[in-house]
Amino acid sequence: MLAALLLLPLCSAALSWVLPGDRGRRALLVGTAAAHFGLTVAVWIRRPGPLLSGWLAADALGLLFLGITSLLFLAVAAYSVGYLRRASMHRAQGETAGGSEAGFTACLLLFLAFLTLVTLCQHFGLLWVAVEATTLATAPLIYFQRSARSLEATWKYLLLCSVGIALALLGTFFLAASAPGGGLSLSALLGRAAGLHPVWFKAAFLFLLVGYGTKMGLAPMHTWLPDAHSEAPSPVSALLSGALLNGAFLAVLRVQQVAVAARLGGFGRDDLLALGLVSLAVAAVFILHQDDFKRLLAYSSVEHMGILAVGIGLGGEGTFGALFQAVNHSLAKGLLFMTAGNLLAAYGTKLAAEVRGAPRILPVSGVLWVAGFLAVTGTPPFGTFLSELVILKAALATGRYAVAAVYLFLLAVIFVGLLGVMLRMVQGEAPKAVRPMRESVWTTVPAAALGLMALMLGLVLPPWLDEVLRAAAALLGGS
Amino acid sequence: MTFWTDACLLLLVLTGLVLLGTGRLSFGIRVVAVQGWVLGLLPLLHEGGTPGTPAFLLAALALTVKGVIFPWLLTRALRDANVRHEVDPVVGLSASLIIGIAVLVPLLAFGPHLLPPFPLPSRFWVPAAFFLVFTGLFLISARRQALTQVLGYLVLENGVYTFGALLMSQQPWLVELGILLDVLVAVLIMGVIIFHISREFDHIDTEHLTHLRDWRRAGQDDLPSSEGKGR
Repeated sequence: MLAALLLLPLCSAALSWVLPGDRGRRALLVGTAAAHFGLTVAVWIRRPGPLLSGWLAADALGLLFLGITSLLFLAVAAYSVGYLRRASMHRAQGETAGGSEAGFTACLLLFLAFLTLVTLCQHFGLLWVAVEATTLATAPLIYFQRSARSLEATWKYLLLCSVGIALALLGTFFLAASAPGGGLSLSALLGRAAGLHPVWFKAAFLFLLVGYGTKMGLAPMHTWLPDAHSEAPSPVSALLSGALLNGAFLAVLRVQQVAVAARLGGFGRDDLLALGLVSLAVAAVFILHQDDFKRLLAYSSVEHMGILAVGIGLGGEGTFGALFQAVNHSLAKGLLFMTAGNLLAAYGTKLAAEVRGAPRILPVSGVLWVAGFLAVTGTPPFGTFLSELVILKAALATGRYAVAAVYLFLLAVIFVGLLGVMLRMVQGEAPKAVRPMRESVWTTVPAAALGLMALMLGLVLPPWLDEVLRAAAALLGGS
Repeated sequence: MTFWTDACLLLLVLTGLVLLGTGRLSFGIRVVAVQGWVLGLLPLLHEGGTPGTPAFLLAALALTVKGVIFPWLLTRALRDANVRHEVDPVVGLSASLIIGIAVLVPLLAFGPHLLPPFPLPSRFWVPAAFFLVFTGLFLISARRQALTQVLGYLVLENGVYTFGALLMSQQPWLVELGILLDVLVAVLIMGVIIFHISREFDHIDTEHLTHLRDWRRAGQDDLPSSEGKGR
């Protein structure tokens, strides 16, 4: 079953190169995403055993991130149909160049395959290969628009992430050096954790944290993120923010898993806490006065990655909070980037100041835009409110009042910054040149579905999700 | 064997120094090719005795990718992408060399004490690997041209690979193969992007890649937005 999960998107990617028509290719994309999601649900229920002598397995952590990825990909695949239609309409009018649709679909599917591998793999060497492969699969996606700006964003993304990931490879080798004679599989490392060389392990942890942290968008290594997120096509931005960043976060969690087993969990938590707070602060500074609404969302991703790191860094209940936050963030950010794509298509600008009266132009997307902002800023009754509260409680419970105060202050600043921009975009009269338009089902329903789920998670936490979240937190030594 | 191992490591350090001091891109590419050959041989020296067939195959593969394919790709990019042949340094060449030596001396002095918890074929293995990692990072940050940055990325990757060669024998060959493949594809994509940059901007100085920023200056000329219909 795990093999099918990996091979399905790979085969579809190959197929999408061969298929002649755009229509068939879009059906293939959505069909593959739906089948992948079905398989993920089956894996979630059946819990199949490990594969390839334990290199691939679905433990609670992997299962959680696999679920998020597959769900978000399904929504994005459906949204992409609407996006690609719009793009081909523009191309027919000769307005934008853009890359080939076959390449776009193939890269999306390859990205799904590699990210699935990230969630399932239990070997640090393979994990590195998979994470780097996701970088390579997404680089052409960011450059899909074929403009000078997207070229610049792609170059920064490729170079910064490749350098980061190269440092993670050095960290992986350090990890092997700290446990001489053994392999790099997770179970082997966990089994011999007590015998790890502490100095080499700490060096390994730092390099892996910086390396995968670059990919995850933790400040100060986040500089590629706003450019890539704002210049990529909106479905790709949604995937980058909701799935790719989580994949890198999972890689960091795997290292922390070994650190906990080696009784160096405290060392790992302190590092994560520091990076998390820095990310929150950087996000707060750049969210104020931000005039580009896609960049605004990108900095909000930096903020949320910071919250995840803070949650893990606090430990205890905070671990659960961080994992729950990862689910909520993916749902909310998927919703927001898709809606941002709709606004961008209607207004033709990314400048927040030029977007006014959004609900008059786009009745559905306008409302979704407001809902998304409430969800992403942690307003009750959305799920983010609960998870952010759990993390705050963890800070108070461990007696870190300074951390709690800084965390609350920065969240408040970001709330004000985001809400100010959102309100201005929603209120007022729309510019004369922009006509109200009928919205396609493809571009609104996936976003609305994600929004509904983000809302539901704030009202009831389903027992099956709760169980996996608790099991995953237990793997990281939290509760 | 120790003599040959030390000689190889010395050669690696020297190529790093030469790269810091060179002003010609085509020469830099050739130096990186030499680095690739040495790196291909390194795992075989480390094995001791007679290496098995997989070790030979992997060494041959690494040598081909790092010593032949990469230099060929970069040379092609240099020719086709209408690139100036100077490296265009941010930090001057002699200053780069002095910084390199300033890093190398403490590495050689203290490096032999940074021993991993297993026997090493040479005490200079770890310092040599770290020096290449440093050189790579330095070239990426202190040179303007996109092509030089790729060169720096390759040197960084070579440094990591040098350290990894110590442990490769313990790792499954599948992982090593995956690493080589990933780096190969990364360089391929970087090559394509460089080609597009040269076509789009008529040059590949990354200093001009500054349109994406957070706070716009008044009156700054702006490129059209990439998504939707443009402004």
